[in-house]
Amino acid sequence: MRSPVTWWNDPWRPPRILVGVTMAYLAWSLIPVLIAVIFSFNDGRSRTVWQGFSTRWYFGDPVKSVWHDATLHTALLQTLKLGVITTLITVPLGVMFAIGIDRWRGRLPAGANMLMLVSFVLPEVLLAVALLFVVTSLSLPVGLGTGAQVLGLVTFQIAYPAVLVRARLATIGTQYEEAAMDLGASPLAALRRVTLPMLLPAIFASTVLVFADVIDDFVLVRYLSGTSATEPVSVKIYNSARSAPTPALNALATLLLLAALVAVTAGYLVYRRLTRGDTTTDRGLAGFAGEG
Amino acid sequence: MMPHGTTSGGHSRPEDPDPVTVAEDLASVTPAAKHARTNALWAALAAPGVIWLLLFFVGPLYVVLAIVFGRTDPIFRTAIPVWNPLQWNPSQFNYVLARIFGADGVFGPALLRTAVYVVTAGVLCLLIAFPVAYYTARMSGRWKGLLLALLIAPFWISYMMRMLAWVNLLQDDGLVNRLLSLGGLFDVRVHWLTGQPLVVILGLVYGYVAYMILPLYAGLDRLPQSTLEAARDLGASRVASFWRVTLPMCRPTIIAAVLLTCLPMLGDYFTSDMLSASPRTSMAGNLINDSVQSPGQTGQAGALVMLVLLVAVLPMFYYVRSTARGDLSS
Repeated sequence: MRSPVTWWNDPWRPPRILVGVTMAYLAWSLIPVLIAVIFSFNDGRSRTVWQGFSTRWYFGDPVKSVWHDATLHTALLQTLKLGVITTLITVPLGVMFAIGIDRWRGRLPAGANMLMLVSFVLPEVLLAVALLFVVTSLSLPVGLGTGAQVLGLVTFQIAYPAVLVRARLATIGTQYEEAAMDLGASPLAALRRVTLPMLLPAIFASTVLVFADVIDDFVLVRYLSGTSATEPVSVKIYNSARSAPTPALNALATLLLLAALVAVTAGYLVYRRLTRGDTTTDRGLAGFAGEG
Repeated sequence: MMPHGTTSGGHSRPEDPDPVTVAEDLASVTPAAKHARTNALWAALAAPGVIWLLLFFVGPLYVVLAIVFGRTDPIFRTAIPVWNPLQWNPSQFNYVLARIFGADGVFGPALLRTAVYVVTAGVLCLLIAFPVAYYTARMSGRWKGLLLALLIAPFWISYMMRMLAWVNLLQDDGLVNRLLSLGGLFDVRVHWLTGQPLVVILGLVYGYVAYMILPLYAGLDRLPQSTLEAARDLGASRVASFWRVTLPMCRPTIIAAVLLTCLPMLGDYFTSDMLSASPRTSMAGNLINDSVQSPGQTGQAGALVMLVLLVAVLPMFYYVRSTARGDLSS
């Protein structure tokens, strides 16, 4: 046992306060959500008093469970639908944009890059109001509802794959592509057969991140939803959280949580597989989340 | 394929180039022409994204301007956009300015409150995020992976679900009140959800702090350990080496992380709506949201949007410039 004085004088002593703050933060950030999940299995109507375990708010209750209440499961389906459609449009668009911007020399691409980064940090409500004005005051073929929601979400999310792919392009460098072209490949062939395979992990990670982000979106999808049929889960929670809802709302939120958890976990496992034996990528979670 | 530029070889181009002639062709073009050709390829790749951003990002912002400085239909109270900047009418914008700074300044307090809330929440976020990110990046050892997974969790747990969790806990008969009453020892009946500024600020911190931890983690993870050890070896104390080496080295990261967290808060209205639902805690986002939803106030909503944009534009460009620079240097 070391004396407190030696402990205090040890220059490499792990600072206890940092451990404390980190643990306290994690508890504060995750326990409330955990409690909300637990109460989705409550047998009674209360979201504050535990009355025994049941799955009645998932499918047991013939009227108010997520399975039987149409307003709840349409919201879940709408959320997943928006997630899939938006991801399918955003990722190719963002990847092409990133590759193009990265190599294209001139003032125009520099401006486009700025524009992309601005769309990354702009408060979401500003874009949402602007798009709402566009859809309601111009006669467009796209009305409020899924179409407008997808337009808005793609615009807001396009920076995600673009930033991730550009970061990856910077670490790859140009030497592989130049080698391919020296060996006779056209720029397009070098891109397709050398660069794209090397970008695959970043592209994949951004696919997962865009999907996870879209199914959590609230501001854009709320303004651009037409009727209650196109209101996704987040809007449903916002609308009913303060008006004495049943634990079915918690159940709905838990199902969304589960969808995101499955997407992110499966995504991470595939990402590990894609980067197997790759020493140029951060294979850890940080690399997957685009912070590597 | 791209339109082919002038080739210097002088031979005529066949209508349908087979691979061999293309290779010869490539060999015979001047570097400049080749460069122009590939540049056109990159431009074509970027074009769909650029066009999308122009149509659905820049375009809508112009529509907001056209509506703010446009007219209002006298009967239906709907906004009529005016596209020509020369015919713009500033009356709606002036009206909003008058309601902020004028004698009947009903918007002024909300904007001031937004500033106070965002700054307080930003400082609290930094106080939490920096130690957490520092510990995870530099000291967690073999727990790093698990810690990181837990720190990333708030990213894919819906914001609304996290707010719902607190709405449940902060009910009058919720767990927080029951915990505070220590099992019925005291009679605690705090109405947390009826316009408590502290609850809204803590809600903002709860909602956004994860967005600060991850960029800080990335920055701190990249700090060279050897530099910090050198500082200690040369006699700097823990505090001194932190203050004079670590902090200056990650100042850009801190600023970027603070901006990434605080800019979205400027447009936040749902945190206040979920956790207070009282005009006593309404923020700039609430003003926008309320006027968007009332008929005839479209122009007013647009003017507020432009104002928030004006406030956000300087920090936004600071962030964009420093990020673009980082791209170049890496």
